[in-house]
Amino acid sequence: MRLSRRPVVVMTEGDVDDMAEIAPRNSLGREGWRRIRRNPLAVVGGGVILFFIIVAVFAPLIAPYNPLDKSWFDQIRPTSIPGPSGSHWFGLDAAGRDELSRIIFGARASLIIGVVSLLIGAFLGASLGLLAGAFGGWVDSLIMRITDIMLSVPGLLLALSIAAVIGQSQTSIIVAVAVPNIPLFARLLRGSMLGERQKDYVASAESVGVRRRSLVMRHVFPNSLAPMLVQASLALSTAIIDAAALSFLGLGSADPGVAEWGRMLTDTTRYLRVAPHLAIFPGVAIMITALGFNLFGEAVREALDPKLRR
Amino acid sequence: MIKFIVRRLLLLIPILFGLSLLLFIWVRALPGGPATALLGEKATPARIAEVNRSYGFDRPLLTQYLTYMKKVVRLDFGQSIALRRDVTDEIIRRFPATVELAGAAMLFAVGIGIPLGLMAAKRERTWFDYSAVTASLIGVSIPVFFLAQILKYIFALKFSLLPTIGRLTTTRHLTEHTHFNILDSIIEWDSGALWDSIKHLILPGIALGTIPLAIIARITRASVLEVLNEDYVRTARAKGLRTRAISRGHVLRNALLPIITVIGLQTGLLLSGAVLTEQVFTWNGMGSLLADGVIKKDYPVIQGGVMFLAVVFVLVNLLVDVLYAVIDPRIRVS
Repeated sequence: MRLSRRPVVVMTEGDVDDMAEIAPRNSLGREGWRRIRRNPLAVVGGGVILFFIIVAVFAPLIAPYNPLDKSWFDQIRPTSIPGPSGSHWFGLDAAGRDELSRIIFGARASLIIGVVSLLIGAFLGASLGLLAGAFGGWVDSLIMRITDIMLSVPGLLLALSIAAVIGQSQTSIIVAVAVPNIPLFARLLRGSMLGERQKDYVASAESVGVRRRSLVMRHVFPNSLAPMLVQASLALSTAIIDAAALSFLGLGSADPGVAEWGRMLTDTTRYLRVAPHLAIFPGVAIMITALGFNLFGEAVREALDPKLRR
Repeated sequence: MIKFIVRRLLLLIPILFGLSLLLFIWVRALPGGPATALLGEKATPARIAEVNRSYGFDRPLLTQYLTYMKKVVRLDFGQSIALRRDVTDEIIRRFPATVELAGAAMLFAVGIGIPLGLMAAKRERTWFDYSAVTASLIGVSIPVFFLAQILKYIFALKFSLLPTIGRLTTTRHLTEHTHFNILDSIIEWDSGALWDSIKHLILPGIALGTIPLAIIARITRASVLEVLNEDYVRTARAKGLRTRAISRGHVLRNALLPIITVIGLQTGLLLSGAVLTEQVFTWNGMGSLLADGVIKKDYPVIQGGVMFLAVVFVLVNLLVDVLYAVIDPRIRVS
């Protein structure tokens, strides 16, 4: 009797939405989060990231001195630059400024450059990937050829060439670090969308007449985002290192006073024999931050990759 | 197979075409235009107009592009502004230096990375495994230019064990035949120069090789672990094969594919991306050529160098794909 009143095919577009979104995504998200919290690597990595963010955000409150203050210049000799001491934990730099304060403010530059450039790169890359994955055909071919061209130039070289056009500034570094990320994210999203489209729920949604646009935007796209998340957390470590590399090569802000970890390493090359601490502190700061993002990214990968689950 | 190689080589054409177009636009986008870049500080409106006329920068863009493409097809990238030398000649001189450095780095990375990954996989979940994994994560997190400086400080400044500048001690003379120092010193039968060249390669090689080393060790570990769980390994063990035979014949052979991929990718990157290492060790290779080119806005160098390295990069990747088929007969390149 009931069957006659309600037909067997009762799935509406909304139902398919529920099935596709709530069922697998929630479990993957919740399960993934549980796995991340239990992974000691993730906890260490997350701790480093948190520490780095706090230092960057509250730099003016944490730093013992003004990073531009050259009050201790009289202590600087060509043959000796004071190293770590009670009043200056990380010593002084070649211009007589407090190294610790400069490292702390440097975290700010690194965080801003890293995050903004990654957001730009991921957003533009994902948009291209979405277009390619959604439309297929010549749109897909065109976008893939563009990414081929971009990938045929090694990232740092591409970044350098872009920085040369824009000139010396922090914006230039942000754009230069962002652009090489575009093809990576575009290919990743397109690839996972193609994989997602093969799944049964897409076929069933199609069979009940879900429109293509809503199929792509509401089902395929959200379910293809997991690899992007992994790539993003690993790419942040690369972004921070690359940003430091570009400012190391002299493409950062034109203002020599600005505290950037990469630039601080360049400035100290000449004093390596006299003051190795000036190379060690910024270098270790970059390394620990990159390590934090790598550890966390690894943990996200393990949590979201079904193949690695045990 | 040949069909596959030819098709992949044909794919280079659209890539190079697109790249040349981008580089053409890039030069026109330089602040102040190419004439300012050429003249540098000597730029006055009159001189800029003169340069624009003599180089043809005042002609319509399409005409400029066609002239430029005609030259590119003949591999003529013009003269370097800063070095006053032919870009093509400069590349011929510099590229061998980069190949030598990349070779040393890969030797270091593969020679330590594969055994390390293999040992970590066999001792899965022991302290050795954990420390290898941690070390490789630290390895990929070290900025090359920092590592290079630390090596320089320890081995050169503190203990003066190894040279850190250039490819050869400046007082030593070596006739250049191939521009490969090692080859040249063998051709000249000069053991002193050979030893000197090798010593100059050690520190830059280690600095450049550390990241690939970490990546290769990790991928080896992961891929060996996957193979170790396969049924055929259990079968081999069950039928009483010795461990050594299993790890050579069954495990490593099957685990090799992802390892080769990574080695190929990294080699492509090293051949083109040694900008930072070359800068710290004043190594006169492609990386420092391009970095200087960018900073001095020496656009003929950049146009030529980037095109050349893109070709190298694509060719190395092609070589990797061909190697696949050689190593794993199950893969049919098509």
